[in-house]
Amino acid sequence: MIRFENVSVTYPDDVEPTLRTVDLTIEEGELALVVGRTGVGKSTLLGAINGLVPHFTGGTLAGRVSVDGRSTDRHPPRELAGVVGVVGQDPLAGFVTDTVEEELAYSMEQLGIAPQTMRKRVEETLDLLGIAALRGRTLRTLSGGQQQRVAIGSVLAAGSRVLVLDEPTSALDPTSAEEVLSTVLRLVHDLGVTAVIAEHRMERVVEYADRVVLLTGDGRVEIGAPADMMARTVVAPPVVGLAKLMGWQPLPLSVRSARRLAGPLRERLREVDPSSMGRAAPTADRLDRTPEEPRGTPDRTPSGLRATGIVVSYGRVIAVAGVDLRVAPGEVVALMGRNGSGKSSLLWALTGVGPRNAGRAEIDGVDTGGLGSAQARALVGLVPQTPGDLLYLDTVVAECGAADEESDQPPGSCAALLARLVPGIDPSAHPRDLSEGQRLSLVLAVQLTARPPVLLLDEPTRGLDYGAKHALARILAELAAAGRAVLVSTHDVEFVAGVAGRVVVMAEGEIVADGPAEDVIGSSPMFAPQVAKVLAPQRWLTVEQVQGGLAVADRDTEAARPVGGGDG
Amino acid sequence: MPDHRNGFLPQGLRDRLVAAWLPRSLHPAAWWLWALGLAVAATRTTNPLLLLLIIAVASVVVMARRPDTPWARSFRIYLILGAVVVGFRVLFRVLFGGFGPTVLFTLPSIELPDVMAGIHLLGVVSAEALLAAFYDGLRLATMIICVGAANSLANPKRLLASVPPALYEIGTVLVVSVSVFPQLAESVVRVRRAKALRAGRRRGRKVLRGIIIPVLADALDRSLLLAAAMDSRGYGRRADVPERQRVLTSTLLTVGILGLCVGIYGTLDGTTPRYLGLPLVAGGVVVGAAGFLLAGRRVQRTRYRPDRWRVPELFVATCGVVAGTAVWVTSRVEPTIAHPSVYPISWPQITLLPLLGILVAALPAVLTPPPPGAAGTGSPELRHAAAPGPAVVDEHRPTAVTTR
Repeated sequence: MIRFENVSVTYPDDVEPTLRTVDLTIEEGELALVVGRTGVGKSTLLGAINGLVPHFTGGTLAGRVSVDGRSTDRHPPRELAGVVGVVGQDPLAGFVTDTVEEELAYSMEQLGIAPQTMRKRVEETLDLLGIAALRGRTLRTLSGGQQQRVAIGSVLAAGSRVLVLDEPTSALDPTSAEEVLSTVLRLVHDLGVTAVIAEHRMERVVEYADRVVLLTGDGRVEIGAPADMMARTVVAPPVVGLAKLMGWQPLPLSVRSARRLAGPLRERLREVDPSSMGRAAPTADRLDRTPEEPRGTPDRTPSGLRATGIVVSYGRVIAVAGVDLRVAPGEVVALMGRNGSGKSSLLWALTGVGPRNAGRAEIDGVDTGGLGSAQARALVGLVPQTPGDLLYLDTVVAECGAADEESDQPPGSCAALLARLVPGIDPSAHPRDLSEGQRLSLVLAVQLTARPPVLLLDEPTRGLDYGAKHALARILAELAAAGRAVLVSTHDVEFVAGVAGRVVVMAEGEIVADGPAEDVIGSSPMFAPQVAKVLAPQRWLTVEQVQGGLAVADRDTEAARPVGGGDG
Repeated sequence: MPDHRNGFLPQGLRDRLVAAWLPRSLHPAAWWLWALGLAVAATRTTNPLLLLLIIAVASVVVMARRPDTPWARSFRIYLILGAVVVGFRVLFRVLFGGFGPTVLFTLPSIELPDVMAGIHLLGVVSAEALLAAFYDGLRLATMIICVGAANSLANPKRLLASVPPALYEIGTVLVVSVSVFPQLAESVVRVRRAKALRAGRRRGRKVLRGIIIPVLADALDRSLLLAAAMDSRGYGRRADVPERQRVLTSTLLTVGILGLCVGIYGTLDGTTPRYLGLPLVAGGVVVGAAGFLLAGRRVQRTRYRPDRWRVPELFVATCGVVAGTAVWVTSRVEPTIAHPSVYPISWPQITLLPLLGILVAALPAVLTPPPPGAAGTGSPELRHAAAPGPAVVDEHRPTAVTTR
């Protein structure tokens, strides 16, 4: 169905090609999962399938890409519209019309399909994707998962037999992500649609994939069966990490198959207390070694964040309904909940910058509301959801200089912080040319320059790959170890499992759960990380934790039975 | 809605009328014709009573027939804009002085240097000058409000979908800008709020730069994403056309539209020579139509549930044309009614012809199909959509910001 023959793609101004002599065949009805670190060319590979690369993006494509026998050099994307359907990360950005029904019909209108056929197909698609109840709704008022299903529906209605999905769930909460992925899986299984998907939450897809396309980072790809490819890549879901740790064969790709192999492991870990183990990889506390001079009056001891009765409403809509929250110094707290549950509004209200109708947010005894930006900045730093909003200068070094000036810090403070967070960023680079992870670190450094005792992060893991997420988790752990209170809102359960000591769950503007991560996410059907699902009812959350637990279990066993003996 | 038991009409016609009056959104062009008719009426008079009547008629119809959609709520903005226009017009007259017999008050006059000899600032302000400025401002405000009414009643995107296939390239640009432009305001709010986190300078060029650059970058990204999405969904597919025919088509279209524009201007502006009026309009229409026909062959596409032109549409458009014609005739036949004297000041009069003509334009408020989703008429889903609920909350895009 899809053939890449000796394809190389080079963008203008680039010396090295993004894709290098790629040969690839995806048969009809296959589900292919594209994996690789951020910035290795996943989007380029996906864009090349319908000709957006190079027709729309520029650059040169050598070799030949063909879909259903049609070559992309002769057929621009619009001519392939009835063959290939593309679904991107942000469905709203790609919507052309206003309502669900019109959006479903849009592609068909462009293809010139007869009105009667169109009516029928719209009705069929509404039922197929379970969105019939939404037909007259304005697209902007739908949830992210519903929007993504409409986007999928609109390309299906046009008759596309190939679906190209570029990280369709990266902006969604776990429930919506589940909704979208199960829709895609059903289409592949029931209708025989060919699907090519790039997905960070590969743990949900990899067990159903027929083929994994791994971008190695030098522009080449490796193709193979999921189990083989997972055994070789570092970019793998936790269940694979656990299997590698235990040496399970054949490699389980799903919670179900891992659980069937995990009986003996659960037996070994039975006597060990999970909460005594570190959940993340041990950190080299680099930030600790450069002690920061204490800020503010010496008699004021850091108290962390103490918020009481926070209310935020937009008109008649109540976003945050009287929330009390404490974050102690040295603590990393994760804030979870659906999109629209009030997480962002709460974070902005805590900074004193966003609207707040009632309540106090005290840091070291000072309410953040009503302070000037400079004072508020010294108390609390927020990394917003689109970190790029904070950046407006041409170079990294200029941004750092501006941050020093704004925070009354000696020149070079921000640059030094950045170098400690992520070494090796080119100071003369344009902030927009940085990778997602680098840009996030730059904004983090800008916000940390004022040395606030409280740090808030709004969805920082969006668009980060496993490596960048690990780096961020390490940084947050170090910041907490240096005595800061860290509150991070995120949808990423595996990230939470690795970094957060406490988890707060919000729904409809209220806090519905607040407790240790083991209790809150370990027992939740939706939020439980894979390791917890494999080892339930024991409360293990991460592979590192299990590793520590195994070491303790083996030591105890040896202590109890020095002469050795079977496990029984 | 016509009565089902009405026995005067033949069965077939009655059934068709009932079907045509079911709740639905009218063809956007009908509302635009209606609004243009009112706007033409406004250009032809400075009588404040007639102008206020036009504003009232437009407001009544908008309130009765606007759909429950974001763009429909923009009417208030146009009313405010109209008020601002009137205010500025009067203010400028005060600033540049207005002589007349009835002196209201005298401000200290400022003589400008010799370079701009003869221009005074402030000075004597007369009732006649203020009234003339008020009439003039009100006329402009009325025209703006008429456009606003059309914009609230008809979805601009649906109007774009009705753009003839020939104007496809322009259509892409329009669709992208219509979609991305409202999001600009959102970006500005978001970026300004983010800026508050950085405690930079509060004033000056740097601050503006700090807002404009991220907003523009954002808008550019969105535009490209949307254009890419439109491209991969088949927008602008065309059958193969020889180069010569393409050149011919675009020439015909450009010339036609230019002729139409100049012609309409000539018709509406009483001071331009006659030959720039109707003859140019007719010529423009003919040339343009030829271009459309030729170009229409290029693009193959269909419409899903097209807005059809039925009796209610014809009725709406006619009402607008009647209002425009009535005031136009008045300005010819009874110039003192259309342009009440301000030197000397006289109380504006109204006669039956313009009054009835403008009131006819209010009929669509009652005699057209209600918009879909209006209370008690729409499907349950639509009514659900109309009700504001938590689903509308998008925590990533807060709509309100208070600066502390």
